[in-house]
Amino acid sequence: MPETILVLAEQQQSKLNRVSLETVAAAQAIAKETGWQVEIAVLGHDIAAIEEELAAKKAAKVYAIESPQLAAYTSDAYVHVLKEFLAGRQPKLVLMPHTYQVRDFAPRLALALGKTVIPDAVGYKYENGKLLFTRQMFQGKFAADVSFSDAGPLWMATFQNAAFRGDAAEVGTAPVETLQVTVPDGVIRVQPHEIFREARQAVDLSQSEAIVAVGRGIKEQKNLAMAEELAKLLGGDIAASRPICDAGWLPLDRQVGSSGQTIAPKLYIALGISGAIQHIVGMKGSRTIIAINKDAEAPIFEIADIGVVANLFDIVPPLMEEMKKVKAGAY
Amino acid sequence: MKILVCIKQVPQKDAPLKLNEAGTWIREDVPYEVNEPDAYALEEALQQKEKHGGEVVVITVGPPRSQQVLREALAKGADRAIHLADDSFVTLDAVSTARAIAVAIEGQSFDMIFTGLQSDDYGFAQTGVLLAELLGWPHATIIIGIEKTESGLRLKRELEAGQYQWMDMPLPCVLTIQSGINKLRYATLMGIKQARNKPLQQLTRTHLEGKLGTNLQTIERLYVPTKQKTTEMLQGSPTEIAKKLVDILRNELRVI
Ligand SMILES: Cc1cc2nc3c(=O)[nH]c(=O)nc-3n(C[C@@H](O)[C@H](O)[C@H](O)COP(=O)(O)OP(=O)(O)OC[C@H]3O[C@@H](n4cnc5c(N)ncnc54)[C@H](O)[C@@H]3O)c2cc1C
Ligand SMILES: Cc1cc2nc3c(=O)[nH]c(=O)nc-3n(C[C@H](O)[C@H](O)[C@H](O)COP(=O)(O)OP(=O)(O)OC[C@H]3O[C@@H](n4cnc5c(N)ncnc54)[C@H](O)[C@@H]3O)c2cc1C
Repeated sequence: MPETILVLAEQQQSKLNRVSLETVAAAQAIAKETGWQVEIAVLGHDIAAIEEELAAKKAAKVYAIESPQLAAYTSDAYVHVLKEFLAGRQPKLVLMPHTYQVRDFAPRLALALGKTVIPDAVGYKYENGKLLFTRQMFQGKFAADVSFSDAGPLWMATFQNAAFRGDAAEVGTAPVETLQVTVPDGVIRVQPHEIFREARQAVDLSQSEAIVAVGRGIKEQKNLAMAEELAKLLGGDIAASRPICDAGWLPLDRQVGSSGQTIAPKLYIALGISGAIQHIVGMKGSRTIIAINKDAEAPIFEIADIGVVANLFDIVPPLMEEMKKVKAGAY
Repeated sequence: MKILVCIKQVPQKDAPLKLNEAGTWIREDVPYEVNEPDAYALEEALQQKEKHGGEVVVITVGPPRSQQVLREALAKGADRAIHLADDSFVTLDAVSTARAIAVAIEGQSFDMIFTGLQSDDYGFAQTGVLLAELLGWPHATIIIGIEKTESGLRLKRELEAGQYQWMDMPLPCVLTIQSGINKLRYATLMGIKQARNKPLQQLTRTHLEGKLGTNLQTIERLYVPTKQKTTEMLQGSPTEIAKKLVDILRNELRVI
């Protein structure tokens, strides 16, 4: 028997989280190089449709781990059930998407098994029989290749959103094995309630063709007026990185990123934004990205089409001057 | 409410970072600051104490330089501090860091432990969750609201893409705090003065002898990531750059 890579697919409210397919694609890619096989497991209740969808991927097996106590996610139940399942199966490698849910239970699960999780990898390398996971560090300023110090089994790693393409997951027909499990009374100590959104958003940034986004480099709330004026000149909207909304300088519905809105305007101008991954995932689909940042090494320049290394307060005022001249037909 | 807040010292956001000679970490001669979400965790603890009474204790695991984050926390209103101090502690992985904290607080019955949701440098996002497992306590992550109830806590968890969830949680528990949960305060001059007389306990490596594990992960190398895109960098005086930008906006992108 070849070694196994087990993918833990994620569902919420009986819907497959699409990022799970990226993890399947990652597992398939690693399997190709290592000669290992891929299996997929999903936990929940009433998840037949998900099982079917996963079974249509190229995998040796799909495990459907079912229990009414898994209907709503709790870390307590997940750790309890998965600890038993993994201890019994002993896969070489367990791969998961780096979602909020996985961040919530995976470290605890690993420790309960005496193992560790390499979190938030953006890729992998297989060098001379050694498996390395590449992860960003220092908010994207550096990358590190990290390996497991032991020989396995039960290596665990999570992949960042969009590190692989979900539509690249190879199709096939995998047999489904259903495991009915019970979670003893007292294991689940928390009571989760419904998932909700805050009152309707006042602005829908996704409709905007041009976005001027400000980050902590804008320095003071009063400087937002300048960015707003630039947005107006472009017929677009102002948006922001998380710290600006955390500080209450702009409402939450202006926040772009993994915990805010995901947008893909024609033009995205980033003023004083460093380009942390949680911000990038919300705007990297933009057609053209212009970044103005005083730090030449800011990670935002890795994805920008046009970059200016400068103090934004030196650039934006003359930029608006020039725009006004053009608009007035001076040229 | 007796609350422990775990605070990590990390390189300042704007500090230029350089690789060390071994290529496994950055050079240490940079300015440091409090890990951002940890500042929110401290503020939350102080606000909970103001509402419900109790004690706020802060702890850090790190070299002598990291005492600064404890001093700042005491100045903002924390009651006492614990410093697990040793130069070698920077190389502890998240499990060992959590173990060190667990050892340091043995016998002190806290109601809640707050950590930040992740560090700004290594970004492991695990220390708080691991601490909960070591203590056998329930936990919740990425918390953006905390209310005390009769039986414990009602928590607001942030989920992805603008979603949230309420959950009920018994005490004691470990919570990892998200930035933005509250508005941060500044230390007052009075606070800074008072901080000098507050207890700061120092624990050394000998307190932890035999109680830490070995790292299960190895950083093979650290490097500057390769670019995914070719970026056209605009050079010149501000006015020249402005003119180039307008030319691009007008003639290439046709947005003005
Ligand atoms: C193999 C390896 C080598 C390493 N080498 C170095 C090195 O040479 N130099 C170096 O500086 N780091 C090094 N590290 C980083 C390591 O020390 C991390 O700090 C540790 O793994 C915890 O992860 P984290 O800081 O990302 O914490 P996270 O799990 O992301 O932190 C979450 C929260 O836990 C709390 N917390 C975390 N750490 C502490 C702490 N020390 N004290 C108090 N509270 C804390 C904070 O509230 C924080 O917000 C290394 C890590 C590994 C795995
Ligand atoms: C679970 C989780 C979810 C998150 N969700 C989001 C999210 O949805 N959206 C989001 O944005 N972040 C999110 N974050 C936070 C994210 O990790 C970063 O901390 C954040 O994006 C950084 O914002 P910033 O770039 O504005 O600030 P910083 O990282 O502080 O960057 C400021 C930049 O401004 C530059 N600068 C300073 N002064 C000037 C000047 N005068 N001229 C030009 N440049 C200047 C600096 O060089 C620096 O690059 C999340 C984090 C976590 C852990």
